[in-house]
Amino acid sequence: MKRRGVLRGVGASVAALSAAKAARAAGVLTDAGLPEGTRASATLEALPGKNKLVKLTYRPPNYETPVSVFRTAITANADFFVRYHLGDIPDMAALKDWKLSIGGDAAEKPLTFTLNDLKSRFPIAEVTSVCQCSGNRRGFSEPHVPGVQWGSGAMGNARWTGVRLKDVLAAAGVKAGALEVAFDGADKPVIQATPDFIKSIPLAMAQSADVLLAWNMNGVALPLLNGFPLRVVVPGWTATYWVKHLTTIDVRSKPSENFWMQKAYRVPKNMFPPELAFLTQEDANTAPITDIVVNSLIAAPAPGARVAQGGFDVQGVAWDGGSGIKSVEVSADGGKTWKAASLGQDLGRFAFRTFNLRVTGTAAGEATILARAVSQRGEAQADTLKFNPAGYHNNVPRAVSVTVA
Amino acid sequence: MKHLVGVALLVSMPAWADEASVTLKPGPGADVTAANCATCHSLDYIQINGGFMPEATWKAEVAKMRGPFGAPIEAALADEILAYLVKHYGAPAR
Repeated sequence: MKRRGVLRGVGASVAALSAAKAARAAGVLTDAGLPEGTRASATLEALPGKNKLVKLTYRPPNYETPVSVFRTAITANADFFVRYHLGDIPDMAALKDWKLSIGGDAAEKPLTFTLNDLKSRFPIAEVTSVCQCSGNRRGFSEPHVPGVQWGSGAMGNARWTGVRLKDVLAAAGVKAGALEVAFDGADKPVIQATPDFIKSIPLAMAQSADVLLAWNMNGVALPLLNGFPLRVVVPGWTATYWVKHLTTIDVRSKPSENFWMQKAYRVPKNMFPPELAFLTQEDANTAPITDIVVNSLIAAPAPGARVAQGGFDVQGVAWDGGSGIKSVEVSADGGKTWKAASLGQDLGRFAFRTFNLRVTGTAAGEATILARAVSQRGEAQADTLKFNPAGYHNNVPRAVSVTVA
Repeated sequence: MKHLVGVALLVSMPAWADEASVTLKPGPGADVTAANCATCHSLDYIQINGGFMPEATWKAEVAKMRGPFGAPIEAALADEILAYLVKHYGAPAR
């Protein structure tokens, strides 16, 4: 079976490709906490319009951001992770005549908008928010669970510009019995029998001022692979609800029965109590994943780095589901002692908050660095994994081992 | 199965995919696994999940593809695929 893509450059020899492949595979995902198969197969590759990202799967494309990128609060569009569920992804030509439709049994009147309609009819709104895949860090689950074996880079933080979903809902008119607002995008399954990726949120969430339909990311149009021309932005909730290439908004009087709501993206009920329960999608034992849990990530030094005994900086980001970050502490002795890191600029309660701690006085030899964050609402990172079958919400601090010399 | 692979090439091949470089471990069942699974997704989905799933978990994955995801794979072929996945990408025997 032969498959050829544009990245297999015309004229490039097979030998050159193999050498390049070996080079880009080396040391991409080395964390021993990841499955052996993930460490062996992940490669560093650039999709069109993107810097090199860590490729987990080609089709549908699932690529995560290298950890070293997370030294700044804003993640550049070219560094932003890519995640798809279905293999039939529209290209720019297919999106040329894109329109957004809103309707459903709980909408007063169906409406259709072009991007210019949205821009001219509604007030512009903006939010800086973390977009984090529900499965970020699944690869570190103990025991491992099936799925895309993400490391720590299935996330990013961007400034999203668009209109408020609640304003668009008001234009269509929401009937008294409305329960959920469901989103469908232009990406489709390869075979018709596979469930289309449709996600819904509770009406109360849809009517909050924070939820946007965004066309800009960090001041420019969304990259194709991050949802061009319009995506849903649900600050504080995991990215499963941030439907890309949004084409249809369905205002519903009945809970969605879609596979991706009822069977996937579920957590054990009461394991991660949300701010706003998604009652219409709960069953006897499980609830939809919603709020992002408080977390932090060390972006530097890199695992295995040699750092100066005279002093080195521990840098990274911390975030939560929308209360903001209160504090980050760093340990350079494997968790025996902790020091408060200084926090960078506050870009809002949904954003990454950078942290930095200058570490001095560490003995020569191996050292284990950890970071732990506390949110403004007092939520702290877990000490031990709250295991769940899909490997969600892993916010146990991850150790970075370095050599002090 | 040739037919299915042909369809996949026509309708679902994104221009940016470099998935020709992905090859499964050789052995009986590798071809049928590649041909069927690659209809909907690249074979690195199998690779990244390699090394930790016992037979029951691989069986549930194959059942998920044939059930809710609607993969048109006959039962006998599914058994062949399962045996291949367990042998080459399963958890080591304890």
